[in-house]
Amino acid sequence: MSDQNIVIIGAGHAGGRAADALRTAGYTGAVTLCGEERHPPYERPPLSKELLFGAIPHEKTYLFPEAYYAEKNIALKLGVAVTAIDRQAQRVTFADGSTLPYDALMLTTGARARRLPLPGGDGPRVFYLRDIDDTLALREKLGEGTRLAIIGAGFIGLEIAATARKRGVSVTVIELAALPLARVAAPEIGEYMAQLHRGKGVDLRTGVKVTAIEDTGSELRIMVEGGEPIVADYAAIGIGAQPNVELAQQAGIECKDGIVVDQFGHTNDPKIFAAGDVTRHLNPLLDRHVRLEAWQNAQNQAIAVAKVMAGGDQPFSEVPWFWTDQYETNMQMAGAPDRWDRVVWRGEPTDPGFTLFQLLDGRVVAAVTINNARDMRFGRMLIQSGKIVDPAALGDKNTKLQDLVR
Amino acid sequence: MSENEWVSVADKGSVPEGEMKGVTVGSTEVAIYNLKGELYATDNLCTHAYAFLTDGWMDGEEVECPLHAGRFEIKTGKGMGAPIPCDVKSFPVRIEGDKIQVKVG
Repeated sequence: MSDQNIVIIGAGHAGGRAADALRTAGYTGAVTLCGEERHPPYERPPLSKELLFGAIPHEKTYLFPEAYYAEKNIALKLGVAVTAIDRQAQRVTFADGSTLPYDALMLTTGARARRLPLPGGDGPRVFYLRDIDDTLALREKLGEGTRLAIIGAGFIGLEIAATARKRGVSVTVIELAALPLARVAAPEIGEYMAQLHRGKGVDLRTGVKVTAIEDTGSELRIMVEGGEPIVADYAAIGIGAQPNVELAQQAGIECKDGIVVDQFGHTNDPKIFAAGDVTRHLNPLLDRHVRLEAWQNAQNQAIAVAKVMAGGDQPFSEVPWFWTDQYETNMQMAGAPDRWDRVVWRGEPTDPGFTLFQLLDGRVVAAVTINNARDMRFGRMLIQSGKIVDPAALGDKNTKLQDLVR
Repeated sequence: MSENEWVSVADKGSVPEGEMKGVTVGSTEVAIYNLKGELYATDNLCTHAYAFLTDGWMDGEEVECPLHAGRFEIKTGKGMGAPIPCDVKSFPVRIEGDKIQVKVG
């Protein structure tokens, strides 16, 4: 395998982990890691938190120091986009006209922030938060008393809200659904997060539909259906992400809201693999394809697929897992249930920490911990085991969760 | 409290077998582990993100961080792969009379 040539397109978290994992797995051929951004691979979770707050320099988010790549004989090609994949010739073309041949290709092109498809959604006072440069641009605007309107109460919107409040910003969050996190979490958790933010002084407006953003030249007027416009200095949009599939699509690789891969990261071209946010991958534990925008998936799927590329035969098979930090609250969530038929509280929402389980047909399909990370490990194991559990025991803090796993 | 000398941090029986405990020595957060009757000590802060290892889990001879499931070898502090960028420090620990003592620095 030493004369092989692997090209990785996308130098985000997944791309960086994949390159490193190829070397860890003993692969000695060429590796070129190509990224459109000027930064080497970095982790995104700190962007909406420590970096937006100003607590860390942006280099702190880097996966490895830049010198690490040279040490590992990984060629970094940053600041230039790949514009085409020629599958017949096994060659990629860059925006600067240069080309690179490959024996195997890894696509870790990630996702981008979904743009607000409304008039004014792309004005100079409107911000998105996906990469380091976005974050630094928004950070500059957030001062004491600045009025910030956030559209979307998902993870990103709420994290921006929490960070902005900590900086003394006056925050209004506008959400179309009846509760925050409606797309990803149980209503009980959405209700908890709504109270958390309102308690911190966020003006949270749910069930509100934005129709346009008007820029008067000095401020924004956010037009909403059936109500007065919301006036703000700036707007931040957090309405989800969409996978960067265009390059793969143009090359005829199968995509369906994400590049379709199996549990090993294979696309429909045996020379081409994919991992991270961009994939719609088969999760053997859930027995269905999922697309996940999460740190765990970026890291661990990339490592798993890189090992396969280096000659391994182990699938990527983990219970999906997410977390968010807002104010002093750490929330973690395992599972990606599309439905459940009951919830079990372990603790009360008024406790300093608690866990909420979602069950389907007597089995745990999701676990959410609020300031209670210790339950998470066993929550994940319960989901993975697929065991039918006694809800009374699950909800009883005197029962050890590890005993229910056994 | 001075560093680089033995400091009593807990009662002898306060870290039962298979469990761990966080203590503070000067400005250092220390995790004390009881692995099959033997005591070990490492820095308690994960080297990846801000979290106490003692809020995580002991699994065999490793401790797992509660935030991102990074793992360290309890006996040596060695980081066991992603996302851990570097090892945690390992400290000498002993029992002196009825106290657990550690030496940091």
